[in-house]
Amino acid sequence: MTSRIAVVVFPGTNCEHDAVVALDQLGADASLVFHTETSLKGFDGIVLPGGFAHGDYVRPGAIARFSPIMDAVSAFGNDGGPILGICNGFQVLCEAQLLPGALQKNRGLTFLCTPTTLIVSSTRSALTATATVGQELSIPINHFSGSYTCDSETLSMLRDQERIVLRYRENPNGSIDDIAGITNEAGNIVGLMPHPERAISSLLGSQDGNVLLCSFLHSSSTAQV
Amino acid sequence: MRFIARVEVSLRPGIADPEGATIERALGALGFDGIASVRAGRSFQVELDATNKEEAQSTAASLADRLLANPIIERYEIEVTELS
Repeated sequence: MTSRIAVVVFPGTNCEHDAVVALDQLGADASLVFHTETSLKGFDGIVLPGGFAHGDYVRPGAIARFSPIMDAVSAFGNDGGPILGICNGFQVLCEAQLLPGALQKNRGLTFLCTPTTLIVSSTRSALTATATVGQELSIPINHFSGSYTCDSETLSMLRDQERIVLRYRENPNGSIDDIAGITNEAGNIVGLMPHPERAISSLLGSQDGNVLLCSFLHSSSTAQV
Repeated sequence: MRFIARVEVSLRPGIADPEGATIERALGALGFDGIASVRAGRSFQVELDATNKEEAQSTAASLADRLLANPIIERYEIEVTELS
């Protein structure tokens, strides 16, 4: 069955169309949902795409977490529905406390827009379920505040529960433990700084993003929400 | 009564502060000697109505907790003064 995916658009989001194209190309039925909506009924998965939600004012994600749609996003996630936060969407998920920790300014204070090599560290998530541990993926990053940080207890918990799903082979931004993406305890809510939707064709330099997006769609088609 | 709450947000001790570190190096390059350390932060000025200073302080703490600071990586200090 075709997965119906909601791609949430905040004022200042700018990767929503890339996400829709990438998901549709893989057979999904993705549609844009504005942040003022309050229901996500009928969707099998949710993507919070990249950009600068609400201008990134105060902190990236700090205002977006109070957008009307976020109550429905939280409820969807708490019911086990697959949620994917890409880049700014990852920052929103952390601010909303749907994922632990926070994203800080990059080490070196440089905006980074470059291909990176990711290593799949855990398959215990909606985004990596059909990938292989140790698999290397070439996927670009495009961010200023992508340095993941958390306290030592949280880091131990993430490691012990295999919730660090993707690591950078070469750490570009100072992220603790080379973390590129994490998941919640149940594995259905995932955030990552790299952009899989920008690696969907050899024309773009890599199609490794499809590995992750296919896994997400697979999880969306099998989730009981 | 109207008050002004100055909320100063800074990174918690132990959290890496690349902005502060960059400013510290720049000050050295400018010839300022004896700079021990620099931490960067942000300051917000919130004008608000409240029945007394305690209430203004409590409201300011609440809005700092919910929006202005991320308790995972930041801390804040509040200074409330009455506007005459």
